[in-house]
Amino acid sequence: MTQPGAPLVVLDHVSMTYGHGVNAVKAVDDLTLTIKKGEFIAVVGPSGCGKSSMMKLISGLKPTSAGTLTIEGQPVKGPINKVGMAFQSSNLLPWRTAVDNVLLPLEIVEPHRSRIGKEKAAYREKARALLESVGLGGFTEKFPWQLSGGMQQRTSICRALIHEPEILMLDEPFGALDAFTREELWCMTRDIHQARGVTAMLVTHDLREAVFLADTVYVMSDRPGKIVKVQTVDLPRPRDLEITYEKPFQDLVHELRSYIGKH
Amino acid sequence: MKNWKENILAPLIFTVALLILWELACRVFSLPATVLPTPTAIAKAMVQYWPAIWENSLQTLMTTLLGFALAIVFGLALGIGIGWSKFIYGALYPVMIAFNAIPKVAVVPILIIWFGIGTIPAIFTAFLISFFPIVVNVATGLATTEPELQDVLRALGASKLDIVRKVGIPRSMPYFFGSLKVAITLAFVGSVVSETIGANSGLGQMMLAAQAGFNVELVFAGVMALAILGIALYAITALIEKRFTGWAFRAEGIG
Repeated sequence: MTQPGAPLVVLDHVSMTYGHGVNAVKAVDDLTLTIKKGEFIAVVGPSGCGKSSMMKLISGLKPTSAGTLTIEGQPVKGPINKVGMAFQSSNLLPWRTAVDNVLLPLEIVEPHRSRIGKEKAAYREKARALLESVGLGGFTEKFPWQLSGGMQQRTSICRALIHEPEILMLDEPFGALDAFTREELWCMTRDIHQARGVTAMLVTHDLREAVFLADTVYVMSDRPGKIVKVQTVDLPRPRDLEITYEKPFQDLVHELRSYIGKH
Repeated sequence: MKNWKENILAPLIFTVALLILWELACRVFSLPATVLPTPTAIAKAMVQYWPAIWENSLQTLMTTLLGFALAIVFGLALGIGIGWSKFIYGALYPVMIAFNAIPKVAVVPILIIWFGIGTIPAIFTAFLISFFPIVVNVATGLATTEPELQDVLRALGASKLDIVRKVGIPRSMPYFFGSLKVAITLAFVGSVVSETIGANSGLGQMMLAAQAGFNVELVFAGVMALAILGIALYAITALIEKRFTGWAFRAEGIG
């Protein structure tokens, strides 16, 4: 078991290429970075810079073309269920209630998969408690279309967390929400990270979001994505929304902005 | 009952108006009954020949439903196969499209050669004509599963079978039940076409015999029976659709 603060994910000169021969497109190039256990990292960069490709690499959905990628010292060869993912679109199953949507990963991942049939009630209770912890106590039996966009996204993040993954991966999860809801979900994500000590990786376009949530912000260049800047965010935790209006925060955002779109 | 004006009153008024217009047109232009009988004459014929109409309707209903049941079984299996694997899709699709392009009337004589005149060609025609929309719809439902959702599950170590079972099949159910409404109507057409070409019973055969005997009222009574039966079959399938995929007919959300 990795101790908090020890290296969890290590990328060493990792590249990834889509397609073959003349159609080959290099998505990410020469990524070297270490994510520590319990760390919150954010990856920012222009559209199509390979941010999502980096997520797919770490989750084992796509193989590396060069370099080595290890999680807890083990090379990543395929999907590992240490990862929970949430995307911009909540992708909830419309025929399942919120609580049943949250239970979906447990029907896939062992050892829950073999137990869930017999211990359905206990598992449901766990899913309900998780939904309650993100403020959806009264909505566990609602169907997705009965929930607002923000609630759907909360449910989607609960689905990513229910199997207690080592790494929570968020791919622009708040991109489709209005500004106020987005800030509410920032706070929810902050609290989840704080309370569960989960390692988190956030892919985003929003520099304020990145600085507010992350310990380390990686800025990527245009395709093929390379890391052009690593910025440690040493604003004290727990962070309040108020800090986004203060000078140190704004200076950091400003500084990061100057790295976007140049090589 | 909600919306009874649109759902009951409007179609009722329109249908009655249509029948009155028909009746009046026949009388005003004094059309001979051998060309277009009046609705009242058709109603009389329906009463007069009721035992024959009833018996033949049951026969047509039976062949339609058996063909339809076969179409559901094969349509689901083939649709899941095609939606599951690009390889199966590539292998089967061209042949299926070619097969679907053949007018099924052309197949009936072959079926009669194989199975003789009677019930079986009607069942097979109903099946052959109605399974294609089921296949296409089920395959579409499966093939359009969101890639992000597949990523979420694959990252957990889900197999292709897991994804198809948990997401693909439930997701394709509205497409499936939607296609049943089309398929049941087609199966009905298939049965009647086959009966008209070669059968001992069924509404199609009854109408053919009536035509040969110049009994125009009975031909039209047969058409009426077909229309009523067709509406009933469609309505039952639509009801089943609503019952099983209620989640796809969303009510108003809270935004």
